[in-house]
Amino acid sequence: MVGMPGISRRQVLGSATAVALSLALTACGGSGSSPSGKDENGVVTISVNGMPAKTQALDRQNFMEDVKAFEKGHPKIRIDAREGQMDPKTFAAKLAGGQLEDVYYVYFTDPAGLIQRRQAADISEYVADVPFHKDIDPALMKVFKDGEGKTYGLPTGNYSLGLLYNRSLFAKAGLDPDKPPATWEEVRTAAKKISSLGDGTVGYADYSKNNQGGWHLTSWIYSMGGDVAARQDGRWRAAFDSEAGRKALQALHDMRWTDRSMGTRQLLEIADVQKMMGSGKLGMYMAGPDNIPTIVKQFEREYEEYGLTALPGTATLGGGDGFMFNPKASPEKIKAGLQWVQWKYLRSPEREAVDSERAKKSGVPIGLPQPRLFAGDTQAEIDRIHGRYANTPVENYQPFIERNAQVETKVEPPNAQQLYTILDGVMQSVLTKEDADLDALLAEAAKKADTVLASVK
Amino acid sequence: MSVQPLSDAAEKTAGDDGPRRSGPRPRRGAAILNPRIRRAVRENLVAYLFLAAGVLCFALFSWYPIVRGALLGFQQVTFAEPARWVGLDNFRRLFDDPLFLTAWQNTGYFTLLALVFGFAAPFATAVVLNELRHGRSYLRMTVYLPVMLPPIVTMLLWRQFYDPGPGLFNSVLEVFRLPAQQWLESENLAMVSLVLVSTWANMGTTTLIYLAALGGIPGELYEAAELDGASVRQRLWHVTIPQMRFILMITLLLQVIGTMQVFVEPFVLTGGGPDDATVTVLLLLYRYAFVYNDFGLASAMSTLLFVVLGLFSVVYLRLTRSKG
Repeated sequence: MVGMPGISRRQVLGSATAVALSLALTACGGSGSSPSGKDENGVVTISVNGMPAKTQALDRQNFMEDVKAFEKGHPKIRIDAREGQMDPKTFAAKLAGGQLEDVYYVYFTDPAGLIQRRQAADISEYVADVPFHKDIDPALMKVFKDGEGKTYGLPTGNYSLGLLYNRSLFAKAGLDPDKPPATWEEVRTAAKKISSLGDGTVGYADYSKNNQGGWHLTSWIYSMGGDVAARQDGRWRAAFDSEAGRKALQALHDMRWTDRSMGTRQLLEIADVQKMMGSGKLGMYMAGPDNIPTIVKQFEREYEEYGLTALPGTATLGGGDGFMFNPKASPEKIKAGLQWVQWKYLRSPEREAVDSERAKKSGVPIGLPQPRLFAGDTQAEIDRIHGRYANTPVENYQPFIERNAQVETKVEPPNAQQLYTILDGVMQSVLTKEDADLDALLAEAAKKADTVLASVK
Repeated sequence: MSVQPLSDAAEKTAGDDGPRRSGPRPRRGAAILNPRIRRAVRENLVAYLFLAAGVLCFALFSWYPIVRGALLGFQQVTFAEPARWVGLDNFRRLFDDPLFLTAWQNTGYFTLLALVFGFAAPFATAVVLNELRHGRSYLRMTVYLPVMLPPIVTMLLWRQFYDPGPGLFNSVLEVFRLPAQQWLESENLAMVSLVLVSTWANMGTTTLIYLAALGGIPGELYEAAELDGASVRQRLWHVTIPQMRFILMITLLLQVIGTMQVFVEPFVLTGGGPDDATVTVLLLLYRYAFVYNDFGLASAMSTLLFVVLGLFSVVYLRLTRSKG
């Protein structure tokens, strides 16, 4: 009988609630040190996450070496390193239970909500002292600011979505791997040729599940010159029921149902598509440069097999990650945390050189076209260093580097996750229903999105 | 452990000769500690202490979260600042969410389908297994095997079966020259596909319960029916089902309670799609809590679910009590 044991399902939610709530019991608990976090010798201990898991032995070793080197150079700071990154499933429980790290990792989708809910500390008065702070790309800094210009975190990574493609499949389908598609029409043609190779080969794949469909559809709409949300008369409203929205859906619909170049299996998410690419059965998908090392490592492939080009169209979606600070952290801890983030992630060109040399020796990929955290000379200097130590085929990313500057990088819309849930449905309809009414889909989704956006200040 | 005797004063106040009709009014403490209770406590003190540990655990890890969960439904919580009471705001926002109704409808649909598929299947399997002369133990184990698989493994396995390309089911359909199906990608089929997985994964337990119940039916009833010339169908209809009526009713209620909490299947297999066709109450609740980080809204939703399931539980308790 269905659901008879009922335990597994109940356990999932029951235990999550129990953990969240029982941790709330101990909300007053703490580390036991003084409120400032300083001990009697004036040493501040800060807990930070972002430490690689034990399974990533080399990354973890490098991380711990960095911790030691940092502590040596900063004798008044001790690092209490913890595994993991920002996990929405445990974040609130950790915050409630006093277990949230002083310095915690976030994706670009998180800061707006965290700032709005006051779950991050205002670091405006301390951030000015961070070296290179002024050189950080202002567009990336904006992600960590509120409407009044207060700062709540620092970016440490970024990406913009391009097209990741399998060079071997391109060659096999008679396409030039050094000249990947630059327009959506060319993407369509290439996808058709690749899928005609048969044997389960898919020309182009895209996500449509767990908010990832909405995330990618947003980038599709940006690339067609549209927007997902726009401010009108001081209020945010849905903007995707537009010509750009229709074009994006039409292109997906054509590839899926007319050309049949998107395969039969849909409701995919990132892990599925990376697996398809890793098994050599996929021609192209929308991705940031960071996907390449993931696929190479996870599926034991070679860097030479993959190429990256900029997203066709006029704009693309950009995202990334960074660090924010526990709202209950003392000023001493915030200052120490900022020093750690700057030292470890926003490196000076000198440290970048040392780090790149070590990375090259360890086989950590160098030479991918992103992240580009800084603007102007600082970034140019860092790019030169990366070029010197590159251990990936940088020529394969040339199409991305050459054209990406012409493609505007736009950030994620407000209330991104809620909007992505709504757009997931649109993506799913287009990819699973041949007779999908594109206009009706957009109109209905826009109505729902307006409700979600009504709460945005 | 030594048992402390009650003090003389307490004994005198309470008295051993029952309540008095006249004289001074007994003190409050004395009324609580009436002789019967006092004796019961004294005789079973150690047992009560053991029981206390269990009660404490239940209170801390089961009842307290339920009460806190219900309270959170009326609060706006960020965990960074003290919770703010917002009255019925969270419930109002729930009703405004266009997915709210969809989730309840989908959950109701899943429960209904689960009754059609999942209620009959284990009963039929149990009856067939009970009739077998050979290999009964082996088959019993085989039926129970899926229950032992971790749910996530079951889901991933069935995802392969449902693959619209080279998946098992479409390959079978191809053998019979039937058209391939979009098992999880079709709005009409997705929910049915989820129910099939769920049925396969969970029917082992109920089958065993039915088998145990079947074993408890007196053999004389069947012998008498056979002597009267009853066919297999008649025996099933006039002996088996009436004898199993109570257990069937209980499992039916438990199934309704269990299936209304469907989560793993849509979470892993469809993510609520296609086009929200498999968004269930728990999946929406999960999104509120862990995707949007809105614990107030999630708690309001769980309170509603708690009330609905509570109604079924009351029926269940009444049924089991009346049987007792």
